[in-house]
Order: sequence, then structure tokens, then C-alpha cells
Amino acid sequence: MDDVKTKEVISLAELMIVAASEAWRDNGEVLASGIGIVPRLGASLAKLTHSPELLMTDSETFLVSEPIPLGPRGERDNAYGPKYEGYMSFDRVFECVWGGRRHAMIGPSQIDRFGQSNLSVIGGSYEKPKSAILGVRGLPGNSINHMNSMFVPNHGPRVFVSGEVDMVSGVGYNPARFSAGMKMDYIDLRLIVTDLCVLDFGGPAHAIRVKSLHPGVSFEQVQAATGFPLLKAEQLGATPLPTAELLALIGKLDPHNLRATTVKNNPPAIRAAV
Amino acid sequence: MALDKQLTAAAVVAQLRDGMTLGIGGWGPRRKPMALVREILRSSLKDLTIVAYGGPEVGMLCAAGKVKKLIYGFVTMDAIPLEPYFRKAREAGALQVMELDEGMFEWGLRAAGMRMSFLPTRCGLGSDVLTRNPQLKTIASPYDDGEVYLAMPALKLDAALLHVNEADRLGNTLMRANDPLFDHLFARAAERCYVSTEVLHDKLELDAASARLNFFERYLVSGVVHAPCGAHPTYSSPDYGWDLEHLKRYNASAAEEGGWEAYMNEFVRCSEAEYLVKVGGAERVGKLRTPVF
Repeated sequence: MDDVKTKEVISLAELMIVAASEAWRDNGEVLASGIGIVPRLGASLAKLTHSPELLMTDSETFLVSEPIPLGPRGERDNAYGPKYEGYMSFDRVFECVWGGRRHAMIGPSQIDRFGQSNLSVIGGSYEKPKSAILGVRGLPGNSINHMNSMFVPNHGPRVFVSGEVDMVSGVGYNPARFSAGMKMDYIDLRLIVTDLCVLDFGGPAHAIRVKSLHPGVSFEQVQAATGFPLLKAEQLGATPLPTAELLALIGKLDPHNLRATTVKNNPPAIRAAV
Repeated sequence: MALDKQLTAAAVVAQLRDGMTLGIGGWGPRRKPMALVREILRSSLKDLTIVAYGGPEVGMLCAAGKVKKLIYGFVTMDAIPLEPYFRKAREAGALQVMELDEGMFEWGLRAAGMRMSFLPTRCGLGSDVLTRNPQLKTIASPYDDGEVYLAMPALKLDAALLHVNEADRLGNTLMRANDPLFDHLFARAAERCYVSTEVLHDKLELDAASARLNFFERYLVSGVVHAPCGAHPTYSSPDYGWDLEHLKRYNASAAEEGGWEAYMNEFVRCSEAEYLVKVGGAERVGKLRTPVF
């Protein structure tokens, strides 16, 4: 009975954090950059559990030997003190990027069948877009140099578009965009963690596959929410629920429960089958 | 003394011309030379090309109609991810843009500082940065590998505007923040570099530990402006954090009818001394906490 109670209180966000942490498994000694609440907690969890060799920063300037909990760190004697082990200025992050020793996970506004992503503008024309977002930021350089994964808290056809994304910021497996002599060898897309499932790039020519379905979600439901055809991984299974041990670690990494804000109404991990 | 480079902000802006390409140091909400930017907002300068890792200074210059072209990788205030006036200008089709990968941007500044016409990189290949900037060209390695790179052209600046923690009248500068960001590259890429400083000394006399906080040479510096709290409302660690209350107010103004005019009237159409009083004085600014990420 205790087991049932535990499962009731596990949130979808916590399930996604654990799924995200898997992106960094067996990466070796690389800089793990999770941008946003779920990706950062995923990277932090990876370092605390299966991949202690990962490097992490304080999200600003220093390398830390222990992931820093999210949010305010307390006052005076009770304050959390970051465990610095080195230096990682923005300049050095770029050097790390170009040398390929990094795995970043970010949340783009659009993703297409090639794994191309967009963080710049949506709709209208490029000159007069309907919606201006941030700009391409570091996505072109990240995507062509090192491992990348993505996080989507609102899996739907507006994110997973039917055509190409409106402004290719992060590149994907789309040879039509590369001329002879341009090197695609370092493009290395790993996982897309969404509120419905986990996707990977394990299909023919790196086609996107559904790797696991979150509890209560069907493949058909994921396909209907995606603007392009999806493949099923050979061993399509259910995304595993976090263990009590992992949940305890997540609680320590996120003492202010910021994870509860990542999906609307903070739904539970196990939802009624549709 | 011949090497006294102290200027007022107004004297700096008087040296700038319509149509110039201006680089602005800092990154997003970090260490922006806002006192100098406000002086530009007060001036009649126009048709500027702004080159920046953009924060609220880009939004303000857009709102005031100063920007003809923007060279950037992003514009954001971090805690408020979407910069409201940049969005308005971009969505109105009012800006010419050269949108770049953050690393390409750095490479462009480096090329300019090294007096190179370009530097090769893989960043940008395969992306719409290449297709949306048809002036960007590629180049094949002359060696056996023959790899094709993007040739990132030099981003030459007519002037760079930076904010530092300390400086002297000779143009020596110290940046005490943990991350010097890319300000030194802006200084090198520019014909003339103007710095605003929290503290102005007649002559810096440093120990070795402090001298390491000097990131570019004084021969690059054309003018030094004494501007305490001159990065407000962005943050200039370790001196002060960002003013989120002010940034939220600035952000909210974009949704109000006549909001920018009201912001201008309250915070720009006044002296810097009056500005500082309006935002709570140096004591309040000095207590603003640096953000925790």
C-alpha cells in the first residue's frame, strides 16, 4: 500500500527530471549544462548518481564539485556554500563548446523532424516576425560542436512542427543544409524529454523515435501531438518512475519546489489512460 | 596632463556621430554602461548600428528610435527573458538585423581586434544564420582536409562603450567581477573605446593581485567617465546587483499606452544625479543583491 501512496504523489516534473538525467549517462568527463529547471535538475541528478565524472558550473562563473540547489540558498550560518573546484567564465564555456566537451539541454520553442531547433522568431516573415523570442543565442555553435538534448514541457504540434522550424537556430540531421566539405560529424543529438514521452534519434538517418512513453500515454497520443511522423523504438517501454531515493535527492536539489511550476497545474506522473 | 582622459558622459556622446557602429559591453543584464546609454537617449544621435550581447540597453535604444541595425545573438534580461522593446521593434519590422551565434559574435570581435578580415569557424554552418545573412561566406581549408568553414567577418566598431569597477584618468581599468565577459574584445575591436567607471582614481597604484583584474590596455581607452552606479539597473558585481524592481517597472511600461514616453520623462530626461535619487540613491543601489542562479 505504501508503494501506491508514493506513486500518487510523484509529479510529472519529477518523472521528467529523472528521464532528463539519463541524457548525461556514459557521456564521460564533459560539462553538463542543463538550462531551465528540469534540465538543470536532470544534470544535477546525473552527477549525484550514475555520472559523478560530469563537470558542472554554478550557472555563472565557477565549476562546482557538487550541484548547487536551485533558488535562494538561505541566510548566514544556514546558507548553502558552493563547492568550487575551478573556473568557467563565459569565454571558457565557448572554448569548451568548440572543443566538443559539453552536453547541453535547453528548451527550444520549435523542433522539427531533423532535430533542428528554434529560439529566434516565430511566424510572419523573418523581417517582420509575428513573435520575436530571444535570438539564436549559442544554438548554432552548440549544435554543430557537441552533444545536445532538448526539453519540451508542452508537447504539441506548435512545438513539433510539420515543416522545418521557422529559423533554424540549432542544426540537426538535415544534409540538405550542408554543402560539400562542411563537417556534420560533431552533430550529436541525444534525447528530447517532453511531458508525454522521451524521444531519441535512433531511427534510420537519425530519424526521431519514441523511446519511452510516460505512464498513461499512448504512442497514438504522442503522434497526434507531433507535426511529423514518429517511429517506435524496438523496445518501446514506459518511462520509469523515480525511486524513493531519487525523489529524496530531487527534493534536496530543489528545496523550494520550483519543479512544481514547470508543467501547468503540476500534474502527477501517473495519469489516467486516455 | 596629456594623459588625462576624463570626460563627461555628454562629452563622450558629443564625439559620436549619426550612423556610427557602436559596440556595447556586458552581457544581457550584466555590466551594461547604462549611464552612457542614457546620455545617448538624451541626445539627437540616430541611425546607429548597435553590436551587443543584448540586454535592456538594446530595448531602450530601440524604443527611442536610435537603432537602424542590430548585430546580436540575443536580447534578454534573464529574469525577464523577453526584452519588451526589442520585441516591439523586431515585430514591427523596424530593425535591420544581423543575427549571429554567440560564438560567431565573439569571433567577429576577435577578428576586428586582430585586424583580420575574418576568422574561420564551424558555428553557424547549416543554420539559418547563414541563409538570413547572405553576406556571410564560407572558405575551404587550404590543407589536405579541405574542410569548409564559415568565414566570420570582422565586426569593426567605430566606438565601444564599457562599464568597469575602477579606472584612472590615464585609462587603466579594473574589472572586479568574477567574469570579465568579452569587454576586452569590444575594446580591441573599436576605433575608440569609452569606459564609465564606479570609482575614478587619479592614478591606479596596484598590487599584483589587483593588477590581474586589468583586462585591456589603457592605449585602447579614449575616454573615462566617472559614473557611480552607472550600470544600474543592470548589475555590476561586486559593487551591486540588478534592480529587479526597476527592470519590472521598465518591462511593464512597454505594455502601457505612452509607456516609453513616461519612462523617458521619469528616468532619462533628467541628470544622472537626479536619476540616482529617483532609483533610491547610491545607498540603496549598493545594497541590491547580485542574483543567485
